[in-house]
Amino acid sequence: MADLKEKKENKPVVLFVSEEKEPLFSKKNRKLLTDPLNDDNPITVQVLGICSALAITVQLKPAIVMALAVMAVLAFSNMIISLIRNLIPNRIRIIVQLVVVAALVILVDQVLKAFAYDVSKQLSVFVGLIITNCIVMGRLEAFALGNGVWKSFLDGIGNAAGYGLILVIVAFFRELLGSGKLFGFEVLGHKGATLAESTGLYALGYENNGLMLLSPAALLTVGVLIWVQRSRNRKLIEKH
Amino acid sequence: MNRDSNAYTFLFAAIMVLVVAAALSFAAVSLQPMQNENIRKEKMQNILHTIGVETERDQAGEEFEKYITEQVALTSTGDVDPNVNAFEIDLTKEIKKPIEEQRFPLFIADVNGEHYYIIPLRGAGLWDAIWGYISLKNDVNTVKGAIFDHKGETPGLGAEITQSWFQQRFEDEKIFDQSGNFVGVTVQKGYSGGNNKDDNAVDAISGATITGDGVTKMIHDRIQYYLPYLEKQNVNVALNK
Repeated sequence: MADLKEKKENKPVVLFVSEEKEPLFSKKNRKLLTDPLNDDNPITVQVLGICSALAITVQLKPAIVMALAVMAVLAFSNMIISLIRNLIPNRIRIIVQLVVVAALVILVDQVLKAFAYDVSKQLSVFVGLIITNCIVMGRLEAFALGNGVWKSFLDGIGNAAGYGLILVIVAFFRELLGSGKLFGFEVLGHKGATLAESTGLYALGYENNGLMLLSPAALLTVGVLIWVQRSRNRKLIEKH
Repeated sequence: MNRDSNAYTFLFAAIMVLVVAAALSFAAVSLQPMQNENIRKEKMQNILHTIGVETERDQAGEEFEKYITEQVALTSTGDVDPNVNAFEIDLTKEIKKPIEEQRFPLFIADVNGEHYYIIPLRGAGLWDAIWGYISLKNDVNTVKGAIFDHKGETPGLGAEITQSWFQQRFEDEKIFDQSGNFVGVTVQKGYSGGNNKDDNAVDAISGATITGDGVTKMIHDRIQYYLPYLEKQNVNVALNK
């Protein structure tokens, strides 16, 4: 035991080494940020994290808060795991990842409860369910365990941004078509009890589409997004 | 140390758990005051909501002072217990005590000369607790408004009791039947009463039978303990006596 200790003191444990000297935002690092927005989008290409995309995209505001919460959790859990990746015993690495993610999610939940109580009520269980969001565990296993801290951070931000982008697009259409509002503002006019009391589009007899408020509408919207993305970006189409 | 050895694995796990536990407890303890303040304000907002006063969270404190004229803790026999702060009563704990030991919080409001009695509710839904507030007009018969919340009802089904379209159905409903017996307000499946406000029933939510029954039971079970007090106050309780 004494021998071991001496050895350690002589050879300091190196937590992370930057293998090659490269600028912080080199072309490779920029790709970590931008790839998940389009070519490698977690939702529309990898089809991960669909559950929460269905649940919290009825309105824009909770969708944005959810995207930010996932971003915080993903970026920091990626960083922490990457930081200790050479210390983690291989056999319990999934458990370690889960503990880190769960701890961060609880932190986010507590902060929301203290500073954004209404939003935290609206998101309710879905903040807790970030723990089980496949994107988070997926990035930890696939990226953070094998890459440096800065790269892992960028990868986390990028993937959360890709997730958030889809969330915001879906929420935009669902809130606009489902309740005629954006961020709670009545952008299509006010719907009164009768046609005469209504203003804007509603005065012309326009009706909100109730289906957009239900979860299947999110699935339909994501489907349309995938369609649009693949017709614009041919290399995403699988060859058989 | 060998990273694949059992000792290292155990050591790593132990240290990790300690660090995480310390960080989380620190966060929970330091954020607690702010969270509690939010919960207090929300309670005030909910109470005011049942009497038709909508406030922002920031103003909840002042508005509550303005409209709520009295807060009393009652015994099951209808006496006021001056030693208990009604606002601080935690129904979660209170409801588990025997009836004689329970204290029943009652909030009395005055909005432009109209008197309202606001009764906190708590009961069980399908999965977990449900709770809310119901306010009665001066006749102690007509419902002014109601608000419900839940811990874990099914989203889209039982959880819909938090929606205003459901809560609005309770407005102007009566808690006494035509012959003056206390019946509460029943959440009824296959309701065909339309806008009838005198049948002591409202339309239920499809797919939320058990949550609806929980609401019915909670309204009946909680209000009944307030009747002795309301009678003593010489309020015109429509009891059949």
